[in-house]
Amino acid sequence: MVTYLFDSTFPGLLTAIFESYAARQKEISLIPAAGYQPGLLDTAVTIFSDPEKARRVWDGLGKRIGASGRHEFYTAFLSESCEAWQHMFGYARYIFDYDGERAADYGNRHVLAISVYAKKVGRERHRMKAFVRFKRSADGLYAAVVEPDFNVLPLIAGHFRDRYADQRWLIFDKRRRYGIYYDLTSVQEVKIEPAPAGAFQVAAPAPMLADENDALYTSLWQEYFKSTNIKERANLKLHIQHVPRRYWKHLPEKDPG
Amino acid sequence: MSDRLKEKLQILADAAKYDVSCASSGSDRKNTGKGIGDTGSGICHSYTEDGRCVSLLKILLTNHCIYDCAFCVSRSSNDIKRAAFTVDEVVALTMNFYRRNYIEGLFLSSGIFKNADYTMERMLRIVKKLRLEENYNGYIHLKTIPGASPEMVTEAGLYADRMSINLEMPTESGLKMLAPEKSHEEVKRELGIIRNKSVELADERKMIKSAPAFVPAGQSTQIVVGATPETDMEVMHAADYFYKTYSLKRVYYSGYIPISHDARMPVMGSAPPVVRENRLYQTDWLMRFYAFEIRELLNNDHPNLDPEIDPKLSWALRNPGFFPVDINSAPYESILRVPGIGVYSAKKIAAARRFGKLHAWQLKKMGIAFNRARHFIRYADSPIQLNEKDPAVIRQTILEQSVSKFRPGQSGQLTLF
Repeated sequence: MVTYLFDSTFPGLLTAIFESYAARQKEISLIPAAGYQPGLLDTAVTIFSDPEKARRVWDGLGKRIGASGRHEFYTAFLSESCEAWQHMFGYARYIFDYDGERAADYGNRHVLAISVYAKKVGRERHRMKAFVRFKRSADGLYAAVVEPDFNVLPLIAGHFRDRYADQRWLIFDKRRRYGIYYDLTSVQEVKIEPAPAGAFQVAAPAPMLADENDALYTSLWQEYFKSTNIKERANLKLHIQHVPRRYWKHLPEKDPG
Repeated sequence: MSDRLKEKLQILADAAKYDVSCASSGSDRKNTGKGIGDTGSGICHSYTEDGRCVSLLKILLTNHCIYDCAFCVSRSSNDIKRAAFTVDEVVALTMNFYRRNYIEGLFLSSGIFKNADYTMERMLRIVKKLRLEENYNGYIHLKTIPGASPEMVTEAGLYADRMSINLEMPTESGLKMLAPEKSHEEVKRELGIIRNKSVELADERKMIKSAPAFVPAGQSTQIVVGATPETDMEVMHAADYFYKTYSLKRVYYSGYIPISHDARMPVMGSAPPVVRENRLYQTDWLMRFYAFEIRELLNNDHPNLDPEIDPKLSWALRNPGFFPVDINSAPYESILRVPGIGVYSAKKIAAARRFGKLHAWQLKKMGIAFNRARHFIRYADSPIQLNEKDPAVIRQTILEQSVSKFRPGQSGQLTLF
């Protein structure tokens, strides 16, 4: 089997699909180039992301499975799972070799896998719409920190832009070290890069000053959360199922302090 | 000042929590003119320790009330702390919670002080201030105050996404027993006002696009179960009637939690009927999403739901003639009736079988509850079955295999000794 090494980006994956047709290679093992350990009998081909080739595959998919099918495909990619990426490759081959109708063939393992991964990522996207908690700073910025299981910020940007159109906000993914920032006009990706070794160190920016009323509304929220609970119906198992512990540290209502 | 606000919030959230409606979906309000908020498919922002969804700031405007309904914690004869929010306090709480992404919107109910119109007018002032001054487009669920004038109710409908008024007890006689001042007739009248206006404006919107949106997320109601001795059949037939007659979006079933020493109702400290409540919701879902007629599930021969098994399985065991259903050829509606197969899986099956016969491994991967469904279906590689299995045996097999959250003392682990 031929191994394709790609750069773990979405255009990279689409380029790999393109190359497999160009080289007439159907059975491919798709692996991220980073951390690849060559095996004894592997034939490894490095795939170089090519925006033009990626666009052609993306357009081709669009023609066959439509915007919603393509969105599901992209959603599965954000699972950051090598297995999902391999299935995406198989799925795209299946669609191109037959036709777009096959996107409904849930008896096929690739098609089913895409829907399962897209559902997993979709659930996390929904959680982040729910669990983002903004703090208001003195200069009117609403900022939140999250640590989602999957890379879902690209999927929630539109939701927050439409809903909070009249306030500046920032949602920062601590695990992936990037955020999305809305400046009252549009949403941009923002990165915090660690300073390169030996670089001139600037003093760290002063910690963000909280708005004077922010603590009040946080505590009112905590109070509300307690008061709206019905003790006679306590069901902690269900509670934890809906709000898993790993999210608690960024939820003020679950904050022990 | 903030301490008093905190106390008010405690009192008025505590008094509102027995209203179980938490839906924030079904509306299509957009954020216009770069204001704040929109509505969509509904989001539960948190869950309380009793496992219920928190999507709305659910509060009473006041818990002062002129009525003395035995089942209600705010009844006038109850010796509790009373409080009332000002209009500005409710607006500030809503906006500040919403801007921090704590909530999907506001659920505003109220005890009745002075009279119905006086109360409704205060509530109306809050929703108007949110919509018109704060440019707020988030979700608003507004309770209709029984006895409020049609003009007031209709005006509120222009600003709320959902309105609701509770039946409280499943039957008129049950209600009369515990709340002599209330009646189902009054509830019907209020539901009718909104229904008629909705129909009227929907017709108008067909011709004039700019006709105002009116209660876009529709109406709902709540039935308290377990306070009075009605059967499940009486509860669900009432629900069915109100769904059909008033085009309700939801009926909520609230297991009664004893809140007073009243000889007419369950004693204080007795557990709320959570299993029964769950079975009622399952029945409700079967009616709304699985095309079951209520008479198939509850009738004079079966006036109550089986607490041990869910109503769909219960129906299947009573109707062995309907099965087995062939996954590869039966109509979608029949697949939907198989215990262990939900709407999503049924759709997947119907879509996938066009490309080839489906086998057990595929059905399992699609996420159906195979151990349950296998008794009722045929698939490409199903084992040969000489004679049909006895429903009682199937029931026993499923009960032994499944771990029910409701059976006490079951840890899901095998005991070795």
